[in-house]
Amino acid sequence: MRRKTTLTGSAALMLFLFCGYSWAQESHVGNLSGNEKRGRALYERYCIFCHGQYGDGRGESAPYLDPKPRDFTKAVFKCRSTPSGSLPLDSDLYDTISRGVHDSGMPSWKPLLRQERVDLIAYIKTFSSAFQEEKPGAPVEIPPEPPSSAESIQRGAQVFEKMNCWSCHGKDGRGHGPSASTLTDSKGYPITPFDFTSGSRFKCGETDRDMFRDLITGLDGTPMPSFASAMTTDQKWDVVHYLRSLSIHGTHKQLAPISQ
Amino acid sequence: MKSKFFFPLACALAGLALSMWGLAGWASPADTPLSVKGTVKFVGAAPKPSRIDMSQDPLCAKLHSTPATTEDVVVGGDGGLANVVIYVSDGLTSHDFQPPTQPAVLEQKGCQYNPHVLALQANQKLNVVNGDDTTHNIHPTPNNNREWNMTQPHGMPLEQTFAREEIAIPVKCNIHPWMKGYIAVFKHPYFAVTDKSGSFELKDLPPGAYTITAWQEKLGSQTQKITVSAGEAKTLDFAFKQ
Repeated sequence: MRRKTTLTGSAALMLFLFCGYSWAQESHVGNLSGNEKRGRALYERYCIFCHGQYGDGRGESAPYLDPKPRDFTKAVFKCRSTPSGSLPLDSDLYDTISRGVHDSGMPSWKPLLRQERVDLIAYIKTFSSAFQEEKPGAPVEIPPEPPSSAESIQRGAQVFEKMNCWSCHGKDGRGHGPSASTLTDSKGYPITPFDFTSGSRFKCGETDRDMFRDLITGLDGTPMPSFASAMTTDQKWDVVHYLRSLSIHGTHKQLAPISQ
Repeated sequence: MKSKFFFPLACALAGLALSMWGLAGWASPADTPLSVKGTVKFVGAAPKPSRIDMSQDPLCAKLHSTPATTEDVVVGGDGGLANVVIYVSDGLTSHDFQPPTQPAVLEQKGCQYNPHVLALQANQKLNVVNGDDTTHNIHPTPNNNREWNMTQPHGMPLEQTFAREEIAIPVKCNIHPWMKGYIAVFKHPYFAVTDKSGSFELKDLPPGAYTITAWQEKLGSQTQKITVSAGEAKTLDFAFKQ
């Protein structure tokens, strides 16, 4: 099944599709449901070398990787559509597996069948009891994006200043802020803030909507906090426009999202 | 004449207390709440706190006329050790405690945490307050609770809870890397944090034999066993050294 819309549209559509998917048993979008047993076989073939037999991120290759592989026993995930501190949706995990995590050892697993990726999620969720004890948070809402403009970019720069984004990302957005050298992930490993001038891929998706969502959810397990109620919706879009303006690709050019 | 009425009344009260004992497994007569008081001392010369350089955020630096100092070991004038968490770590026979309705408050003041060490009950509301002119992010890094990380500009209300016992959760602000604090979460209400004189009070403890633990973020933990019986006031002292 092929869907082609605009660049932003397609990612949004994917998000929508797979949000629907995570309740596939009850909803009517998609009909994939994961099987833990099949997922285990796949995990032991493809994932175990980094994420380890117990899912604690201590596989054979882990010592040679930076950043370290995710520790599934903690059930803390960077890329979510749910608020900071809550579990991700299955669709969030699906998106991460499909997309891969840029600037890390985690490749895109698109070569696996969709069913296989879904099976993997079923197995990954067995590593932490959190998935039995808690429900994922309610996915955050992403309202339509107002067009970028010089004014919006300028306002975004002011919010970037006021919210102290620069303490980590630097006044020029290069990731060299005064606190940058002190940052660690929640396992205590050093972690670098994103350089917005690089034009490099983001870890949790390429589109403006992905950036907007990252501002709301934060990247749990990293120093990147949630700005859910710290900024208004307009301010968040302004910041997105400002950050885009720092990129070598220019304000409006975005990398093509990795389709899922 | 008075004793004529007193005796049956006392009998009835004793009977009531006994039946409560039978029902709940333990009972403290409501009119004799017990408390364990004590002090925590630091033995030896108090370590000199280090200065904190807040110059990277002028909004923080200007809040201090004299340079702010680190709070990992705070010793009061008479050798009292502050910010020690004292709690019942063993011996409770009841395990069903409701969180208090009053929220615990953690304030970010002068780009430091106030209090530096906060203790609260599981599922008790935690109000995080930012009275500073700058923007903070409050980032607890728990092992046994969900990790969250919220940005908080001046004046923004923020309410959170921790569901499970954990002693203690380190809290940091990634924006201001010198900001460090701890939140201790308990499933029962028998805990206290020492003040600058090193004194503490564990209130309303039912009679029984307990293990009391004193936890300090840098100097570690100590335990002592005590037995409290009805109508008895107990004191308990701890001494830490480096």
